[in-house]
Amino acid sequence: MRSRPTADRRRPWRILLASVISTLLLLPVASGLVAILLPSFGFMPAIGGEVFTLAPWRALWAEPGLWRASLLSLFTGLSSAAISFALAMLLLAAGRSWIRRVLERLLAPLVAVPHIALAVGLVFLIMPSGWLARLLSPWASGWERPPAYAFPNDGDGLALILGLVVKETPFLLLVALAALPQVKERQRLRMALSLGYHPTTAWLKAVLPDLARRLRLPLFAVVAYGVSNVEMAIILGPSTPPTLPVLILEWFNDPDLTRRFLGSAAAVLQLGLVGLALLIWHLAGQAGWRLWRHLASDGGRQSGKTAVLAGLYGGQGTLVLLSMLSLASLLVWSFAASWRFPAALPDWGAETWIRHGDGLLRITATTVALAAASSLLALLLSLAALESEAVGRKEAGGRGALLILAVPLLVPQIAFLFGGAVLAAQVGLLGVWPVLLWGHLLFVLPYVYLALAGPYRGLDPRYAAMAASLGKSRLSVFLKVKLPLLKRPVLTAAAIGVAVSVALYLPSVLLGGGRFVTLASEAVTLSSGGDRRLLAVTALLQAAVPLLALWLAAFCAKTRMTAP
Amino acid sequence: MSKMAGLELREFCLFLKGEALFRPLTISVEPGEVAAITGPSGCGKSSLLLALAGLLEKPFRIAGEALLDGRPLNGLAAEARHMGLIFQDPLLLPHLNVGQNLAFGLPRRRAAKRGERWHLIEEALRQIRLEGFAKRDPASLSGGQRARVALMRSFLSEPRALLLDEPFASLDPDLRKEMRRFLADLLAARQLPALLVTHDREDAEALARQRFLLKKER
Repeated sequence: MRSRPTADRRRPWRILLASVISTLLLLPVASGLVAILLPSFGFMPAIGGEVFTLAPWRALWAEPGLWRASLLSLFTGLSSAAISFALAMLLLAAGRSWIRRVLERLLAPLVAVPHIALAVGLVFLIMPSGWLARLLSPWASGWERPPAYAFPNDGDGLALILGLVVKETPFLLLVALAALPQVKERQRLRMALSLGYHPTTAWLKAVLPDLARRLRLPLFAVVAYGVSNVEMAIILGPSTPPTLPVLILEWFNDPDLTRRFLGSAAAVLQLGLVGLALLIWHLAGQAGWRLWRHLASDGGRQSGKTAVLAGLYGGQGTLVLLSMLSLASLLVWSFAASWRFPAALPDWGAETWIRHGDGLLRITATTVALAAASSLLALLLSLAALESEAVGRKEAGGRGALLILAVPLLVPQIAFLFGGAVLAAQVGLLGVWPVLLWGHLLFVLPYVYLALAGPYRGLDPRYAAMAASLGKSRLSVFLKVKLPLLKRPVLTAAAIGVAVSVALYLPSVLLGGGRFVTLASEAVTLSSGGDRRLLAVTALLQAAVPLLALWLAAFCAKTRMTAP
Repeated sequence: MSKMAGLELREFCLFLKGEALFRPLTISVEPGEVAAITGPSGCGKSSLLLALAGLLEKPFRIAGEALLDGRPLNGLAAEARHMGLIFQDPLLLPHLNVGQNLAFGLPRRRAAKRGERWHLIEEALRQIRLEGFAKRDPASLSGGQRARVALMRSFLSEPRALLLDEPFASLDPDLRKEMRRFLADLLAARQLPALLVTHDREDAEALARQRFLLKKER
């Protein structure tokens, strides 16, 4: 009889796998950071920086608008995260009525819509000649011409905050919904209601504190993204000055290569800014935690007035409406032939689709190929890691694994991706497909792993034990027992991977070296003054790919597999 | 019709998808008395308690009448019923310490000031023989200690009746005996009617004067 390898003999494979994953995630981040840290002190021999100096930092401090740009990043990132968190939590707290169920269903697909597509749709909706102004004109507003207000791209970043809130609230809501069973929401609510608590107060006092602790990592990711995002800030944010990440990208893209020293110093500052934002968030969370503990045991049982609850539902309803109208406005603009203000609807035509069909097809094909390849690779690596963890009986979901996965999500992309691009250029690998794929995998892998880890670890081990006792090999158990049982989560994780990849902007721009154009990079380019109809088509396609992937995953999950 | 103190069910029944879960139940539990409900799994014992607490969700439908101290319960919101509910899981809140968990049950109208509240909490801890445990993490308590805290938290909310859903199922035999005595003393001292759902014959025999076997309708 053939002996099975013992856990000890499999150990080298587990170590190798863990090393490969850590290398995939940590090495690019670490080397990218080094590659901006050195130029920030004047050292970049390729463009003449051969001595260490503080000149880039002096130039940075002297840059007009730097402080305002930094404060704008901090303010928009922190306030959008706080508003999104409050809206998502209050929606969950405000009873378990049909409204909550309807909102949940409407918000869920919005998570898959990329930031850029939603931001473009929002611009089409709220700009002076946007759909909202048209729908109100001239009968309610009296406007015969587009009004002269500066929104979006207002100086205080309010439109950027709105865009981030519209995008991040559904994300936090869905993450919270997934975590609710772990905090025994239903049981705790029943307990608190039997003690005389109003349902909303019961939720806020008995469920929220524990839930908030479990949402720490997703919230950190939301804060980090809010403070350091480039694409939404370009589309919705202020321009004089823009937020710090946009300034950094401008300096990196400057034809004057010496501006890269300045950009590198600013990227290090951006890293510090994200650190500061996370620290502020953490400290505010700790203070809120203490206050909440006191409030939770003060015996108060009544909730806010009905008007407050109505306001909450109203706020959520507005959010859903804004999102839906944003997507609808993409569709309308994409089929607009001519559209004079204040007409509510355009003269219809498919000229943009037809005229740009070939180009769009090429860009969509590049986007889909990148998304499919990175998602498939991430899926294979995640499955291998989880299977290895299951065989090793080792709880790899501990802090170490989580931290490694969190690194690319928490460290600002602009900070390390530029360094990565510089390194890639030095070894002649800039604009090479595998490097671009690696850049995507860096962000796709954590999401795919996190989406798959819960269901994989929750799989009843007795199924595998039963199959093994029937003489099945490990590979056979994995392929014929585990995979079919995990079909739905595996397909969903793959679709999530596609959605993450399609949404990525900076990796495509910085690592693509101008040779690869994706829907994300094309949409951002067009957003700064390009053809609105083409922008709408591009953004619409960008939104359609992940939605299609999710639909396909749901469809395939329903289809029964035939066992050989 | 005379107003009766205590908990009364008249032809009380639950329906799921148009079918009755059990035969209509008529029970009268006087203050300080315990009635035990037993029956096979899935016959609706726990759902009955949830229905009385006002926590049963759709698609269940309720028929018959439930009265507490002569007041009809049907249609009242859960938080207005004053029905204490104890589960097998003590459900102590992990974000609060033991004292704060007890304070979670204590209404503000009974004690609004911090000092006043802590005085009552310390008194409650003494009653459950956990003096000095106020600042402890609930996770550091034994199963029996947690069950006592959960029970006292419910008593502090001043319920008018108690609904017990297999409250001792996870305890070992010695602890069960101790908890039964403890519960009986508290119910007698506060003159509360209680409905106990249990699979355990000893629990039913030791605590309940009346015992009802819930039978499936079909």
